[in-house]
Amino acid sequence: MLAAGVLSFTSWDLLSPPEWIGFNNFKELISDRDFLNSLRNTLVFIAGYLPLVYFLGLAAALALNRKFKGSLALRAAYFLPVVTSWVIVALLWKWILNPNGGLVNSALSAIGIQGPGWWTSKNWSMISVIVPSAWKDLGYVMLILLAGLQAIPPEYKEAASIDGASKRQILFRITLPLLTPATFFVLVVSLINNFQVFDQIWIMTTGGPEGSTSVVVQQIVKNSFEYGHMGYASAMSMVLFLIIMIITAVQIRLQKRWVNYE
Amino acid sequence: MRPKFFTTLFGILMLFPFIWMISSSLKNSVEAFATPPTLFPKAPTLENYRNVFRALDMPRLFFNSFAVSVVCVFMQLTSSALAGYAFARLNFRGKNAIFLIYLATMMIPFQVIIVPLFIEMRHFGLIDSFLGLGLPMIASAFGVFLMRQAMLAIPRELEEAAILDGASHFRLFFSIALPLCIPTLAALTILSFMSVWNAYLWPLVVIFSPEKMTLPLALSNLHGENLTDWPMVMAATTLAALPIAIIYLVLQKQIAQSFLTAGLKG
Repeated sequence: MLAAGVLSFTSWDLLSPPEWIGFNNFKELISDRDFLNSLRNTLVFIAGYLPLVYFLGLAAALALNRKFKGSLALRAAYFLPVVTSWVIVALLWKWILNPNGGLVNSALSAIGIQGPGWWTSKNWSMISVIVPSAWKDLGYVMLILLAGLQAIPPEYKEAASIDGASKRQILFRITLPLLTPATFFVLVVSLINNFQVFDQIWIMTTGGPEGSTSVVVQQIVKNSFEYGHMGYASAMSMVLFLIIMIITAVQIRLQKRWVNYE
Repeated sequence: MRPKFFTTLFGILMLFPFIWMISSSLKNSVEAFATPPTLFPKAPTLENYRNVFRALDMPRLFFNSFAVSVVCVFMQLTSSALAGYAFARLNFRGKNAIFLIYLATMMIPFQVIIVPLFIEMRHFGLIDSFLGLGLPMIASAFGVFLMRQAMLAIPRELEEAAILDGASHFRLFFSIALPLCIPTLAALTILSFMSVWNAYLWPLVVIFSPEKMTLPLALSNLHGENLTDWPMVMAATTLAALPIAIIYLVLQKQIAQSFLTAGLKG
């Protein structure tokens, strides 16, 4: 970590000794189109991924909170992608979304629709990586929210329904407010993890086409291991680290406003 | 009734990519690309699996992944338990400061230290070696934190009698602290096994030789830029997904529990 901090002030190609260049790396970053683009893509990715995974995970948790025949099997079905490796998930979805002969486009063309190029098209590539990511993490969000739901004392809901509250009122006035600690946790963890999104994008699109899915970590990997710009890549990782720290700190600061601890 | 129906439908939808993976892996290259797609292969074939074994040294890859995972998990458990005990039960100068540093490193994404880590490994001449692959994964700040919390929860009274009998810290560690932390150790085993087994970025930058690759790395190299034999890739991913899927189905409850332990204490 300290090494990354020091390196970020140097210019180093691994061959000649590192050279101290002060803030030059950071200055260069501000005007680096590829880096700014990757930062923007990371934000777009999160903006698409987070609501998708949260609301689907919440719906699954609410539905599976009671026990019925097959509810445990369903929980397992939702959770199986979580334990599967990113490489498998990415390859699997790359095949499903393959423009030629992939499941989605074959099914679409069977009903007479010409499917888009998915990960080969710069308009559809982002959505092609967001959907598999949400699919993989949904079970984890569900698990955390289920634990949150089970921590809510049943008496609250009983008292409310005796007082004549509708199911809808119970959901919005009791369940969701009491679920805010679990929601907060999901939010913090998801943001930390997804600013670092890399594996699935690297395998599905390698950041393409035309940089439409290039993300920050990919720029770090590319600059350090392809171009040999170790110092510059370190500066990028410091910026990424700072962003994550600031966002996490802001969330912790703001939690008092909306998170209900009993 | 209706929500149950929708959750079931959605559950099937969640499983469908896996079903499709297996289905594709059993098709010949013509049927795999057919329109409309078929769910059950008309002419099931194991040819793709044979091709996987021809293209990749699967036993070797499984062995590599397994060996790296087992060794790293064992080291992680040992280092986490020992350090956790030290933080929970010993008094030494700078304990709190050191613990804070541990906590801080938990917040640092692996991607941030990957460049210096690579340089360090290069300095030691460990690039493209199992040692270089495993070394960064043998200690885990998160594991230390988890073990410390578990050991703090052990009532002091249990140890006091042993201390009066003159038991050493090693005695206390092995006969009191460790046995009482077995649930946490189990959770840590599951989590760290999965993270090492599924690791991708670090193997990607540190390993080059095919014979030293782990499963995820070799899999990702299997698909080319233009010509990808998708049915064969699906056969390979099916094989690679099986061990973890089986472990998950057997240890379902424990795995869910360990994710929660990690979440709620972290």
